[in-house]
Amino acid sequence: MSDGLGIRDVVVRYDGTRRGAAPSTAVDGVSLDVSQGEVVALLGPSGCGKSSLLRAVAGLEPLAGGAVTWDGEPVDDVPVHRRGFGLMFQDGQLFAHRDVAGNVAYGLAGRRRSDARARVDELLGLVGLAGYGARPTATLSGGERQRVALARALAPEPRLLLLDEPLSALDRSLRERLALDLRAALVATGTTALFVTHDQDEAFAVADRVAVMDRGRLLQVGTPADVWRAPAGERVARFLGYETFVPAAAAPEPVRAAVPTTPGAVLALAPGALVVEDGPLTGTVRAVLARRGRPAVRVAVPGLGEVTALAPLRAGARLVAGDDVALAVDPDAVAVLASEV
Amino acid sequence: MTLTAPRAPAPPAPRRGRTVRRARARGLVGWGLAVALPVAFLAVFFVWPVAVMVGTGFVADGRLDLTGFAEVFSRPRTWRIVGLTLAQAGLATAVSVLLGVPGAYVLHRHAFRGRAAVRALVTVPFVLPTVVVGVAFRSLLVEGGPLGFLHLDGTFAAIVAALVFFNYAVVVRGVGGLWERLDPRAEQAARALGASPWRAFRTVTLPALTPAIASSASLAFLFCATSFGTVLVLGGMRYGTVETEIWVQTTQFLDLRAASVLSVVQLVVVAGVLVVAGRARSRRERALPLAVPDDAVRPLRLRRAPGLPERDPLAVVAAAVTAVAVLLVALPLVNLVVRSLRVGDRWGLDHYVALGTAGDGVLVTVWQAAATSLRTAVDATLLALVVGGLVALVLSRRPRRPAGRRALAGLDAFFMLPLGVSAVTVGFGFLVAMHEPFGLPVDLRSSPLLVPVAQAVVAVPLVVRTVLPVLRAIDPRLREAAATLGAAPGRVLRTVDGAIGARAVGLALGFAFAASLGEFGATSFLARPQNPTLPVVIFRLIGRPGPEAYGRALAASVVLALMTAVVVALCERLRGTTGGEW
Repeated sequence: MSDGLGIRDVVVRYDGTRRGAAPSTAVDGVSLDVSQGEVVALLGPSGCGKSSLLRAVAGLEPLAGGAVTWDGEPVDDVPVHRRGFGLMFQDGQLFAHRDVAGNVAYGLAGRRRSDARARVDELLGLVGLAGYGARPTATLSGGERQRVALARALAPEPRLLLLDEPLSALDRSLRERLALDLRAALVATGTTALFVTHDQDEAFAVADRVAVMDRGRLLQVGTPADVWRAPAGERVARFLGYETFVPAAAAPEPVRAAVPTTPGAVLALAPGALVVEDGPLTGTVRAVLARRGRPAVRVAVPGLGEVTALAPLRAGARLVAGDDVALAVDPDAVAVLASEV
Repeated sequence: MTLTAPRAPAPPAPRRGRTVRRARARGLVGWGLAVALPVAFLAVFFVWPVAVMVGTGFVADGRLDLTGFAEVFSRPRTWRIVGLTLAQAGLATAVSVLLGVPGAYVLHRHAFRGRAAVRALVTVPFVLPTVVVGVAFRSLLVEGGPLGFLHLDGTFAAIVAALVFFNYAVVVRGVGGLWERLDPRAEQAARALGASPWRAFRTVTLPALTPAIASSASLAFLFCATSFGTVLVLGGMRYGTVETEIWVQTTQFLDLRAASVLSVVQLVVVAGVLVVAGRARSRRERALPLAVPDDAVRPLRLRRAPGLPERDPLAVVAAAVTAVAVLLVALPLVNLVVRSLRVGDRWGLDHYVALGTAGDGVLVTVWQAAATSLRTAVDATLLALVVGGLVALVLSRRPRRPAGRRALAGLDAFFMLPLGVSAVTVGFGFLVAMHEPFGLPVDLRSSPLLVPVAQAVVAVPLVVRTVLPVLRAIDPRLREAAATLGAAPGRVLRTVDGAIGARAVGLALGFAFAASLGEFGATSFLARPQNPTLPVVIFRLIGRPGPEAYGRALAASVVLALMTAVVVALCERLRGTTGGEW
C-alpha cells in the first residue's frame, strides 16, 4: 500500500545512559500501514514500545533500522517540523505562557491573521470549547486541556495525527465521553491518525483498525470486531481482557457448543462469557462483586475453573458465596484460539 | 507553514534533501557560534589575564619556578590567613543556615500580612555592595555607635556578623524556593503515622530539604570565603581572607609571587566547594514530590487556631527566630541611614550636600562617581546578559550522546570559574595582560571598556545560574510539541526557550546589575583615578580621617544602596515566576 503512512521493519533502540551499558531495543522490527483517512489504534501494555514507535514516526527518535514512508516516499531525512505529522501528548504539553487561542494558533504561523483567527474559532468549536480563546491554560480542567491540545494538533491540518495516550490521564467517565468526541473530531476532519493506548475499550471506540503490540513487536492487526472475535494467541487475548483459557476438548459441552471449534483449539472466556440465569451449567459462587453497578460473581465451574459471570440486577440480592447457581453461555464473550505452538 | 490542504503532498524529494542539509549546517553554525562567542570572551578576558598574573609568580627568567609555594607556605602569616578564611566562612555559613532555615519556613511556607515586604528586606543585604555592608557594620560597631559598647569594631565576631548579614538571604531564598514547592502530604502522612511535629520535620521534611540546604550552604561558604570589600573595610590589617591578602600582597607589599600562590590556593578551595555544590545541585534535580506553591503555603498562625487541637510549635519557634533575624538585618540598614543624617550633635543633610564636592583624596564628586558606576554597570550587565544567556542556552541542551553530555558538563564548570577566581587577581591580571595584549602594540589599560568587561566577567556566573534552572525545567516534550506543529528549530528556540527563559532574565538582569554596581575587587585596580566608581570612592573616603569624610562615606553608601535597591526592585517586577537558585 503506497497510500498514507507506511512503517517498514522499524527498529528503535535506546543507548544506555552510561557508557558501556547495553542499548535496549524498544521497537523490534514493526511494519504497519495506515491508509489516508483511517484511524489505527496501537494497543499494548505500558512499556511495550508503542510510544517509542510513535515518536519514531514523528521523527523524534532516530530509527535504528527500517523506514517510515508517506505515500511511498521515505520521510527519514525530513526533520520533525517539515513532516506534517502532528503529535498530541498524554499530558497535552500546552504552552503555559500562551492563552488557549495562542496555543491553538501556534501551528498556524504564516497564515493571514484573520484566517488564523477563524481557524482557531472553528477548532475550538469542534472540540466544544467555543469562547475559551482568551482563557489562560492554567485555569483549564484536565479534560479541557486535552481538548485544547487536540484543537492545537488539528489546527495546521497535519497529514497524519499521532496521539500518545491522549486520554490516559483523565478519569474513566470523562475518558469514555472524550473518546467518542475524539472519534467524531477525527472523522469530521478526515484526519489520518495513529493512536496509542493501553485501554482496549478506548482503542475499540476510536479506531477503525487495532494493532496489538507487545515487547516491541506487533502481535495482531485487524478491525476491533475481528481482533475481539479471534485473538491471535493467548497473549493478545489476555491483554484484551479474556481471563480463562481451556482446551476445547476439555471444556464443558455447552461452552464448546457455543462456538465453532476445531480439534486442538483453545477456548478463551472473557468476563461475562457465563451469565447467571437458567442454563445448562452449574457453578459454585466463590465471591460476589459488582461490575459498573451490575452484580457479578466469581464462580467455580467444573472443567473451567474460576470465571467471572454476570448476573441480572434482580438476582443480586440472592447471590451468596457457597451457593450453587445455574449458568448460561454468552457466545459473544467466548473466542477460539488456534492451538498454542 | 503556509496554508496547506488537509493532505499536502511532501515537497519534491531532491530539493528536500538539499534544504535539509542546508538547515542542518545552519543549525551547526548557530550552535557553534553560541559556544565559541562566550568561550572566546572568557578566554581573552578571564583565563588569559589570570594566567598572566599567576604566571608572574611562577616564571622566573623564562623558567617555571615553583619554589614560591614552599616559600609562601613557610610564612606563618599565610597559614593564619588561610585558617582565618576557613574559620570565618565556616562559622558564618553555619550561622546563616541555622537562622536561614527557620526563615525559609516562615517566609516561604507561610502567608501573612507584610510577607512581601519582609522578603524584600532580607534580600536587600544580598544585593548590597560589599563595601556598603562593611561601612554599615562599622557605623554600627564603632565607639559611639549604637552597639559601640560591645567593643566589637575590628574583631572576628564583627566580620562573621557582617558575612551572616550578607548570606542570610542566600539560605532563605535557596531553601525557601524548594520548600514552598515541597508536597506537604509527605509530612502529613508522617503525622498521621504518629510522628510528633518535630519528628516529622526531622525524618521527612529535613531529608527532602537537605540538597537545597547543602547547595545554599556551599554558595554561602563560597561568598564568605571570597569576600573582599566587607572584610577589607571591617578587618583592617588584623583580619582578612585569602582575597584581601592577595590585595595586600599586590598593592602594599608588591609581592606578586605570594599573590600568585594565594590565587592558586583560593582557586583550589573554591573548586572544592563548587564540586560539592554541583553534587548537591544534581541531587536536588532528582525528582521530589513537588506541589504548586499555593497548595503548600499556609497562613501563619501563632495562636491555636479554632478547631485545631494544638498550635504549631515549629511555627512559633521559627517565627521567633525569624523575627530576631529580620531585626538584625534591619538594624545596620536603619543605622546607616540614621548616622548619615547625623552632623555633629544635630540632624541635617550636610553630608548629602557635601556629595556634590570633590576632595579628601577623591578627584570627582560622589554624583559623578555614581554616574560612572551606572554607565559602567549598564555596559557590564548587557555584556554579561549576552554571554551568560548564550551559555545558559547551550548548557540547557540535552545531547543524546554521552560524549556531548560530558562536553556540556565541562563547559558548565568552565563558566563557573569566575565565581572562584579572586576578583583581585582578575583586576590585576587585566593591568598586566592588557598592556600590549598578545604582543599587539596597543595599550588596552586606558580603554574605558576595561572596567565593564571585568565586571561582566564576574557577573556571568550569576546570569548563568539564574537563567539555566528555568531553561532546564522546560519539559523537552514542549519543544517536541512545537516541532510537530511545524515550528522550525529557530522558532522553537524563540517561542519556547525564549518566551519561558525571558521570565528569568529580569532577575538575572537585577543580579548582574547589582553585582556590577557593587563590584570592588577588580574595579579597585582598573578604575582610573579621574573616573572612579562609587564603591571605590566610598572605600577612599572611609579610609580618610575626620568626621566630614566619614559622613560623606555614609551618605555615599546610602546613595549606592538606594541605587542598587531601586534597580533590583525594577528588575524583580519584570519577572513572572520564581526563577533560579538565588
